[in-house]
Amino acid sequence: MEKILFYILSAIIIGFAVLSVTSRKLYRATIYLLFVLMAVSGLYFMMEYNFMGAVQLSVYAGGIMVLFIYAVMMTNNIGKPLRSISTKRKILPFIIAFGTAILAIYAIYSYQGIANVHEATITSVDQIGQKLLSYEKGGYVLPFEVVSILLLAVMVAAIVIAKAKKLVNQEKN
Amino acid sequence: MILTNTTNYFGQLVNYLSEQMGIGGQILAYVLVAAIYLSFFAVAGLLLVYVERRVAAFFQLRLGPNRVGPHGLLQTIADALKLLSKEIFGTNRKDNLLYKTAYYLVIIASLVSLSVIPFSRGIQAFDINVGVFFISAVSSVGVLGILFGGWGSNNKYSLIGGMRSGLQMISYELSSGLAIITMVLLAGTLQMSGIIEAQRDTWFIIKGHIPALIALFIFVVAGTAESNRTPFDLPEGEAELGAGYHSEYSGMGFAYFFLAEFINMFIISAVGVTLFFGGWLAPFHLTDSLPWQPLWGAFWFFMKVAVFIFFMMWFRWTFPRLRIDQLLTLEWKYLLPIGLVNIILMAVLVYYNILISF
Repeated sequence: MEKILFYILSAIIIGFAVLSVTSRKLYRATIYLLFVLMAVSGLYFMMEYNFMGAVQLSVYAGGIMVLFIYAVMMTNNIGKPLRSISTKRKILPFIIAFGTAILAIYAIYSYQGIANVHEATITSVDQIGQKLLSYEKGGYVLPFEVVSILLLAVMVAAIVIAKAKKLVNQEKN
Repeated sequence: MILTNTTNYFGQLVNYLSEQMGIGGQILAYVLVAAIYLSFFAVAGLLLVYVERRVAAFFQLRLGPNRVGPHGLLQTIADALKLLSKEIFGTNRKDNLLYKTAYYLVIIASLVSLSVIPFSRGIQAFDINVGVFFISAVSSVGVLGILFGGWGSNNKYSLIGGMRSGLQMISYELSSGLAIITMVLLAGTLQMSGIIEAQRDTWFIIKGHIPALIALFIFVVAGTAESNRTPFDLPEGEAELGAGYHSEYSGMGFAYFFLAEFINMFIISAVGVTLFFGGWLAPFHLTDSLPWQPLWGAFWFFMKVAVFIFFMMWFRWTFPRLRIDQLLTLEWKYLLPIGLVNIILMAVLVYYNILISF
C-alpha cells in the first residue's frame, strides 16, 4: 500500500517537475511547481511527519506559491508562450544540470547506509518545540531566536508600512 | 498509517475490513470513509444553503423558500437538480487546465479540512497531532483554487475577483492563525481531540477570560473574511465584478464553488467551537451519564456549530460591505497588532496561572 503510494507520489513529483521546467507558458510552469510542492508534502504525510507536511503545505503551497503567482502576473505577455532560447545558450545549463544529476546519483549509490533497526516514531509538535528551545547540545535556541526576531521585525514593518501615510502626513504638519 | 487508530470508529472499520479481506478490504474501507464524508459534504452544503435563505428571509421580514416540500425543505434539492442538468460552457481561449482544476482544488481543500474535525468522541477520520495547523495549511491551498479560477476564466472581472480573494485570504489567515495560537497556549497541544480533552472541566472561552474573548472576536472577523462572506465579499462583489472569480462557471462548476463556500463556513464554525466552546463536550456535563455518548457528543457539537453559523449569517444582513482599502486597513492596522499583543497577554496569564477553572 505505502509502496504504491510512494511510487504514485514520486511519479507526480518527477512528472510535474519536468513539465514545470519545459513548459513554454510562465503561468503554467508556476502551477506545475505547485503540484510538485503538494506532492512533496504528501510524502511527508506518508512518513507520518505531519508537522513538516503541514509546514510544507502552508508555507510553500499556500504562501510562496501565491507570491509567485502574483509576481508572474506582473510580467509581460504571460498568456503567450515564451520564445525559445538559442542552442548556444542551452549548452552551459545543460552541462551544469547533467553534472549535478550524475553527482547526486553517484553520491546516493556510493553511500553505504546504516540499517535502520529503530521503529518509526511519530515526532510530536511537543518534541519539536522542546528541541527548538533547548540550549543544551543539539538544541536550536540561538537560530530559533534569531529567526523569530527577524519574523517579528517583518510583521512590525508591515504594520509600519501600512501606517506610513499617516506618519508622512504628521511630519509635513 | 492513517486511519488505523482503534479508539476511532473509522479506524475500527478500516481494521475490521482489512482483517476480513486483506488489502482489498483496506482500500474498500478508505473508499467507504471517503463516501461518508462526500455525502456529508453534499447534505450539509444543501442544508446550509436552505438555512441561509430562511435566515435571510427572517431578517428581511419575508417567508423565504416555502413551496417545494414541507417548509420549502426540498427547494435546494430542486436547485441542485437544475444545476446538474445545466449545460457547462466557458469563455473562448480560457486556460482549460486551470479552469477545470480550479473547483476541484477548492472542494478537495474543504473536504480534507473536514476530515480533521472531531464531530464527536471517535468520529474523526484523521486525528493527527498537528490538527488545527493542518486545517489552516489546507485552507491556504483552497485560495489557489480561487486564483486558478480567476486566471483560467480569461475574463478581467474574474481575474480581479480572484486576485482580491487571494489578497484577502492571505492577509486574514495571519490573524486567524494568531487567534488559534492564542488558544493553543491554553491547550498545550495542536491535536483537535487533545484540545477538546483539555476543556473537559472549563471551556477555554471561560478559562482564558479577557484574552480568549479578544481572540474569539479576531477569529470570527478573520473567519468571516476567509470564507468570503458578506462584510468581506469583495471577491464576488456583484455590483462591480459580476460574480467575481466564478462569473464564467456554469452548472456544476458554479455549484462546486458555491457548496465549498458554505462548507468553509461550517469548517470555520467547527474550528471556533472546538477552540472556544469545548467541541462536542456537553455544557455542565449535562449528558455525561447517559447512554449513546457519541451521539450526544455529535448533538452538542452540531448545536454549537448551528449557533455559530447563525451568527455568521446574522453578520451578512447587519454590516455593509467594506471597500478594499478598508478591508486591508482593518487587518494590518487593527487585527494584527491586537492579535500580537493578545498572544503576549495570554502567555503571561498562562505562565502566572491567572486563569479561571472549576
